[in-house]
Amino acid sequence: MTIMTRFASRLDLRSGAIDMTHGSGGRATAQLVSELFVSHFDNAMLRQGNDQAAFDVPAGRLVMTTDGHVISPLFFPGGDIGCLAVHGTLNDVAMSGAEPLYLSAGFILEEGFPFADLERIVASMASAARDSGVPIVTGDTKVVEKGKGDGIFITTTGLGVIPEGVNISGDRARPGDKILVSGSIGDHGVAILSKRANLEFETEIRSDTTALHGLVASMIEAVRDIHCLRDPTRGGLATTLNELAQQSRVGMSIRETQIPVNPGVHAACELLGLDPLYVANEGKLVAVCAAADADRLLAAMRAHPLGREAQVIGEVIADANAFVQMETAFGGSRIVDWLAGEQLPRIC
Amino acid sequence: MCLALPAEVISIDRETETAVVALGGVKKDISVALLDEVTAGDYVLVHVGFALHKLSPEEADRTLAMIREAGEDPLEEFAI
Amino acid sequence: MKYVDEFRNGDLAKRLGAAIAREAGADRTYHIMEFCGGHTHAIFRYGVQDLMPSNVHFVHGPGCPVCVLPMGRIDNAIELAERHGAIVCSYGDMIRVPASERRSLIKAKAAGADIRMVYSIRDALRIAQENPDRDVVFFAIGFETTTPPTAVAIRDAKSQRLGNFSVFCNHVLTPPAIQHILQSPEVRELGTVAINGFLGPSHVSSVIGSRPYEHFAEEFQRPVVIAGFEPLDVMQATLMVIRQLNEGRHEVENEYVRVVTREGNLKAQRLVAEVFELRPSFEWRGLGEVPYSALRIKDAYADFDAEKRFSIATRKVRDAKSCECPSILRGAKKPTDCKLFGTACTPESPIGSCMVSSEGACAAYWTYGRFRGAGAAAVAPRHAQKEAAE
Repeated sequence: MTIMTRFASRLDLRSGAIDMTHGSGGRATAQLVSELFVSHFDNAMLRQGNDQAAFDVPAGRLVMTTDGHVISPLFFPGGDIGCLAVHGTLNDVAMSGAEPLYLSAGFILEEGFPFADLERIVASMASAARDSGVPIVTGDTKVVEKGKGDGIFITTTGLGVIPEGVNISGDRARPGDKILVSGSIGDHGVAILSKRANLEFETEIRSDTTALHGLVASMIEAVRDIHCLRDPTRGGLATTLNELAQQSRVGMSIRETQIPVNPGVHAACELLGLDPLYVANEGKLVAVCAAADADRLLAAMRAHPLGREAQVIGEVIADANAFVQMETAFGGSRIVDWLAGEQLPRIC
Repeated sequence: MCLALPAEVISIDRETETAVVALGGVKKDISVALLDEVTAGDYVLVHVGFALHKLSPEEADRTLAMIREAGEDPLEEFAI
Repeated sequence: MKYVDEFRNGDLAKRLGAAIAREAGADRTYHIMEFCGGHTHAIFRYGVQDLMPSNVHFVHGPGCPVCVLPMGRIDNAIELAERHGAIVCSYGDMIRVPASERRSLIKAKAAGADIRMVYSIRDALRIAQENPDRDVVFFAIGFETTTPPTAVAIRDAKSQRLGNFSVFCNHVLTPPAIQHILQSPEVRELGTVAINGFLGPSHVSSVIGSRPYEHFAEEFQRPVVIAGFEPLDVMQATLMVIRQLNEGRHEVENEYVRVVTREGNLKAQRLVAEVFELRPSFEWRGLGEVPYSALRIKDAYADFDAEKRFSIATRKVRDAKSCECPSILRGAKKPTDCKLFGTACTPESPIGSCMVSSEGACAAYWTYGRFRGAGAAAVAPRHAQKEAAE
């Protein structure tokens, strides 16, 4: 991309919209990149104007991750597709224990997408990146014809480096380990549903979208040898627990009374016939550690603003079937199974 | 079948036969066309966007009392 | 949540469980059919049977309108969108149910048919108002709980002259289904299916009242206790059935007094009678043809009857040969008795109707309870495809 600073007239960011010229790679593209993306993301590497960002690689194991973001609606209580994209990739990096260093962002824009919406999203991304201390150092923009894209798709890639002595992986859960969750579940999914057409309801619940690398750093400081970390996004806590159980070839035994759920999330799920265990999160994590380390880890989580409601929810057990079993609040027990496709509201 | 929940009536629009109900902090607009008389403060059973029946707080209390009583162990007072 | 959380109290549950164990005579077994799929779901989701003594068994009944809808009717709904170009609005429950040749509403939608999931028929009315030049059809399913809302919507459509709105009616009735089960050979003559008593449906009863069940208690000499929806309601009602059986009574009792009365909701009943009439016969998946068990739209509202507006041919679709749903729906077999359970038939790739709905006996057993038979029926869960939920 070439950063040009002089154009005949500035983009009309208030009432203008994306058209096919913005994707052609010429002047219009350059202006879009300069006046919208670079001006908001603003950092030295971007301002250089190259098609790539060059930097020294620090010593240690590198981590790379990528995510596509297609969420609808684009704007929801507590966030938008922009900050969601930044947080999501930062979190994927952080779940390896790595310190995130750089981000990239690719945009696929639909012809007709309003500049005002685009700027709102880009500003939100810039703010999220700034708050996290991780710059967006390179990117790309393409435009597709009307009808071929849902307004905007964003792909983010993140890079990080894992500190010495940290080995976090989904296959390291062992019988006897404790399972912890950093806070209430289901907030993001409910916030999204409350804005989806044909399902509208009024609620105070906001998405919990946030960057977790700060929380993870303080957790690693307290317990170097955390076995597993994962953030439960689509499919909810239940899916994450099943993934870890299968990867590690173990079973899990959890207690419903220990799982934090906001009353508003509880109510919304009841209304629609959904189970909070399967509802998406964007600012929570699951940790698995040796039983002896659990108290220390829990204390470190609760000491951090993003982990105040952290709980130990159960333990890892030996089980060839890799079932996640739950003692219900009622006193009975049930399996918390894999989801078969997206959970849909039901009448029965 | 028939997922239905008790919700509190917050406000009523008699002209459109609709009401706003609240359940644990979540508010929803529903139809009260199937009920004769509803007032704010009533509890109604909500199913697919309609109020099906009023819920009787007195009967709810009675049922809970019945459940508590049923769960009493007749020998408990003799346990050491 | 008021009037919900109190009825999920774990302490009261333990005490009730102990009371049931005390009163359930050790010298006999109690087979109680919960007719309503919502009760099946509640029993499994909360693990109610863990709190019951081993001589009390729940027999899962056919009270799941999704499970009993013949595949041919789903084919019809898909046709309305694909061939007639209508916007088809459906409750979430039906969206993924397989029709014939593994088609479904969700697959048809992916191929371009205009199929929309709604929470309420009111949303479908709104879609019709917003799209005056398109046909909008509501795929109506459900027992007596869901029928009055459909009646209100049809009445409103008529008064608003909403000419592009119609309903594909598949509403079914509870008492005829209970009758059908009680008259089946396995129950009546052979005694191979023991059903000692019933837990009556919660919300169907809020509409129809407790009166319609008096006939069953009398004719078939079995107690019926109408149970609320929460797990404590289910346990309390079970205790009431056990007491009746111990005392040799067969009456209709009502545990769900906070919502159910003897007469039910008369206004709703009148509205339903105004808009609908009985079909002489209707096919129930797994039960075959059941007389006077379903509703169709009356002539006065023919303009809003999708079956009259569009030519919809009845298609009879056979179920897979090894599928045991017919027996499972009647309580004659358990999910684990079916060869296909957990192998060819899972919630991800359901073959029979009992697996498609989250409250079908097979789905409930698989999703919540198969670890009880682990070792014997254990199947490693396949990694579910993560569909875009964001």
